Order: sequence, then structure tokens, then C-alpha cells
Amino acid sequence: MTDLTRLTIAEAREKLRGKEISASELTDAYLGAIDASNQAFNAYVAVTHDKAREMAKASDAKLGRGEGGALEGIPLGIKDLFGTEGVHTQACSHVLDGFKPHYESTVTANLWADGAVMLGKLNMDEFAMGSSNETSYYGPVVNPWRRSRVDTAVIPTTHQGDGGFVSPGGASKTRTLDNAQLVPGGSSGGSATAVSAWLCAGATATDTGGSIRQPAAFTGTVGIKPTYGRVSRWGVVAFASSLDQAGPIARDVRDSAIMLKSMASADPKDTTSADLPVPDYEAAIGRPVRGMKIGIPKEYRVDGMPEEIEALWQKGIAWLKDAGAEIVDISLPHTKYALPAYYIVAPAEASSNLARYDGVRYGLRVPGKDITDMYEQTRAAGFGREVKRRVMIGTYVLSAGYYDAYYLRAQKVRTLIKRDFENAFAAGIDVILTPATPSAAFGIADQDMNADPVKMYLNDIFTVTVNMAGLPGIAVPAGLDARGLPLGLQLIGRPFDEETLFQTAYVIEQAAGRFEPEKWW
Amino acid sequence: MSVDLQTVKRVAHLARIAVTDEDAERMTGELNAILGFVEQLNEVDVTGVEPMTSVTPMEMKKRPDVVTDGGKAGDIVANAPATDENFFLVPKVVE
Repeated sequence: MTDLTRLTIAEAREKLRGKEISASELTDAYLGAIDASNQAFNAYVAVTHDKAREMAKASDAKLGRGEGGALEGIPLGIKDLFGTEGVHTQACSHVLDGFKPHYESTVTANLWADGAVMLGKLNMDEFAMGSSNETSYYGPVVNPWRRSRVDTAVIPTTHQGDGGFVSPGGASKTRTLDNAQLVPGGSSGGSATAVSAWLCAGATATDTGGSIRQPAAFTGTVGIKPTYGRVSRWGVVAFASSLDQAGPIARDVRDSAIMLKSMASADPKDTTSADLPVPDYEAAIGRPVRGMKIGIPKEYRVDGMPEEIEALWQKGIAWLKDAGAEIVDISLPHTKYALPAYYIVAPAEASSNLARYDGVRYGLRVPGKDITDMYEQTRAAGFGREVKRRVMIGTYVLSAGYYDAYYLRAQKVRTLIKRDFENAFAAGIDVILTPATPSAAFGIADQDMNADPVKMYLNDIFTVTVNMAGLPGIAVPAGLDARGLPLGLQLIGRPFDEETLFQTAYVIEQAAGRFEPEKWW
Repeated sequence: MSVDLQTVKRVAHLARIAVTDEDAERMTGELNAILGFVEQLNEVDVTGVEPMTSVTPMEMKKRPDVVTDGGKAGDIVANAPATDENFFLVPKVVE
């Protein structure tokens, strides 16, 4: 029998509807995979075996009656940031110790209404603050991808190779996997790893500065951050409210379109949710891109960017050109200011959002000599280093006398960043193509990144502009680097034009092919 | 602009995070690295630019002023570290 965990959501959907497989079988296959290998990855922080089996059973009953929603019987992993009723919800922070909400986030409620099955809660950077999933209270997540070394051995020309392959020159190449553990990116590192390592069919994720797209790029998966307001934020633990947006991480473009259709909604409980109907994103897949105008922003060619990233970008340009799209050089002059402006706006909003963790209403409480001391001891013990750092920066830039110099200026720069994109779209650009990240996945406990927080922040240099402007962006795998690690391209679209992103990303996916890690676990 | 040890301790208190001298020392360096990085925003001419207040053009949604929720005091205190009859318990605030 084929391994059920290898099926895409679209494939599983067909087999479930055709009654070739049952939702219970599919769910058991995933639970078995999680039990066997989650230890190697640390992707799940809670596995909901009983709930998953119950939900699968209910799906089988519905499928048996020929009913069933769009995701009926599809097993999903849920980022720990989403409130799930009666189930572990801690944003992977110690400060939310033991928290089990008495409500369900709108996104997960939408997924369950469409028949999806919950496998458990996925690891992430604490409060979604990080680019490597190393700030989690539950420890780092391991990327299923490993670097490989290619050894070339010259062999006698008379030798008839029967294993591996023999190149015309008579040299045989062997690929050896390196043992070094790599990060899956962050903050949605658990989501990206679980999808890539076949521990769920798809996963929910969130993106404040790149937290869906960077881990997708690091794991050879597809991740889309929708337009701000497309997906409800209700019931999702808040980090930076004007930037946060939920989206899926999936195995391919079609699966990400299927998932976003179910996740998105107009929600009266979120005043920033857009009152727009949710299109059938899957229908956009396969539409030709002939005549479409693809913008190539020169500011995304940054100093010190590896040659391989530039080469990948050029490949993407060539693929879209071959498909009949028109390539147009554009300029987004304020690009370089997006990351510094982000590191004012996001911490400022975080310092305000995280004020609620005070040891009174939920989670951890550390006793103190008076109430203020109790707050201070609780937050000192409950927050990790990166979270404290950002709350402190946020508190400082909002404090009396500094507000105008930092926060107000950053919000003005944000207006300029958004205007750059508006000008490009007004000039007829349909979609913008950029690299997704400035590098491939790096090692766990990387010395450089640990020594300098700003180095870690630079991971989001190509993705953060999109959050600052509230636009939709998708990361799609496009190739492997010299050491066999996946690299992604990013497409940026007009507000609420996710359809064009799926349409264009599919063209890249068709040209680039699919990428799967070599199984070492 | 940069921060000194005293400022870091003051900000930590504003943020209600207890810090040891050693923490504050380390944070001073880290915060100054970040503040140094964001310094480049001063290069941008923002004369006459409106600060962003909403990333997508949308009107604030309003709903009828009616009760749509409530009666769940038990749910609200369910996750609290200390409660008594649907009240949150905290250390004495007023002497």
C-alpha cells in the first residue's frame, strides 16, 4: 500500500470522496508518523490523538452520506498561536503555562466547519518572534532538510556502473547527507517542518514579517501570507496587530489555494477583517500568465546576497518569460527602510499586546512581595530573551519623549513603503517577483545569528516589506542550492488579488518541479 | 540615540519585567545594536507624509449596539492562577 502521508490534500480529497481510503485510515497514518518521528523534529508540542480520531470518524460518516465539506477528513497541524478550545494554546511561551482556551479561533472554526481533522499543535518561535524557531519555550524545531556533500570519484572507463550513475567522463557521484541540524526558519517552523516531513497534510501558520514565507522557503513548501484583512485574526494570539495575518503552509500551490479558501472569511468578530467574498482560489490555478506584467524590483538585489539566490531569481524570470509574461524592471525606492521601520512598529505593538500577560488572568504566576513585583517576576520568568528584547524596544520607542522620533517617523516611512508598491501597480504591474530569503536554511545555534540580533532580523529583508504594505505574498520553492537545500521565490500581488499569486506561483512550480527532503529519520 | 544602563532599568520597570544587573548589562548592548540599526530611518525625508493608521483602506465596521455575548464568567476565570467565586485573586493592592 502506498504511504497515505505522501498524498497532497487534492489527492487525498479525491481518494476520500471516491471511498478508496477513509478519513480514519488517513488520520491514523499521520498519527503513526507523528508518534514515530516527532521526536526527531520537535514539530508538535501537543498531539491530539483522541480528538483527531473522533473528528476523522465524524468525517467518515459524512463522506459515507456523500456530504462532506471542502476539507472533509483532511488531517491538519495547527500553529500553537491559534486558540483551540480545550487544547494546548501557549504561543510556545512559558507565560501561557497551562492555558486551554474556552473558545475557538475563527480560522480553526472555519477549518473544522469544512471537515478538517486536527492532529495537534505545532511548535513556533515564542509569540511568533523569531526567524529560526529557536526562541520557542519548547526548544528548536529541526528542518527535515540536511545539507549534502557531493563526492566525485574518478573510476576506470571500463567499469560498467550498475549503481548510482556514471557520467560520460567516467566519474561517479555520490551524495552524502551531512548530520548537522538546520533550522526550519520561523516563526512558523513547526508548521513548515510538519508539512515537509509528512507529519500533516497542511498546516496553519501566521506571518508578521515573513513567518510563513521564510520557513516555507527553508523547507521546500509553499506558504502564502494573504492581504491584511483577508483572514480573521479573532482568537489568534496577537503579536503586532497591524501586521499579523494568518495563512497556510502546504506541499504545493494547489493545496495552499484549497486551504486559504477555507481559512479566509469575512468575520464580524474582527473589525479589520475585509467584507469581501472569498473567491475560489483553486480555479485560478492553470490560468495562463501570457501578457501579464511581472515587476522586478532592483532594490531586492542586496549586498552580500549569494550568487545562487541571484541565479534562482533569473531562472524565475526566464520561466515566466517563457510562459508569455512581460518582464518589467521597477523600483521600490524605500525597500531598505522596511526592516528598520518594522523593528519599531512591530515591537511597539507587541509591547502593548503582551501587557496582558500579568499573572492575573491566565497562565503563569510567580509570587512577589507586592502586586507590581508579582507582575515583574511573572514576566521575567515567563518571557524568553527575544520576547523581552522586543517588549523593551517597544516600551522604549513608545515612552514619553521618544514617540515622535521613533514610532511616528516609522509609521510615516511605512506610508512611503506602501506608496512605492501602489505606484508600481498603478503603472500596470500585475505581480512582483523577488527572492523569498537572502539565504538557504542555516544551522541550529548559528554563532553569528546568536551574537547579533540584527543578523537574525535580516532573514526577513525580502518579506517584511509586504507586511508593512499589507499586501499578499506567496513563497514557492524554485530550486536547490549547491548543498542540496531548497530555495524559494516570492510573488507579491495587489491587495486582495491572491488569485493572481496562485496563478503565477503555479507556473513557477510547473517549471521548477517539486522538492522533497531525502528521508534520514 | 543610545540607551545607558539606567535607562534600560527604567524601561524594564515600565515594561514590568524584573531584570538583574547582569540582564540589564546584556540588554543595553542588544538594545543599542537595534537602535543603531533603526537609526537609518533618519535619512528618509518624511516632510508632509501622513503616518500610516490603516494598512488597507477600510472603514471601521460598526454593529448594532446590542448584547451579543456574555454570561460566561466561569469561562473567563477558568484559566486564572487564583480565583474565588468568579473573581480574580491578586496580592493586596490597597493598604
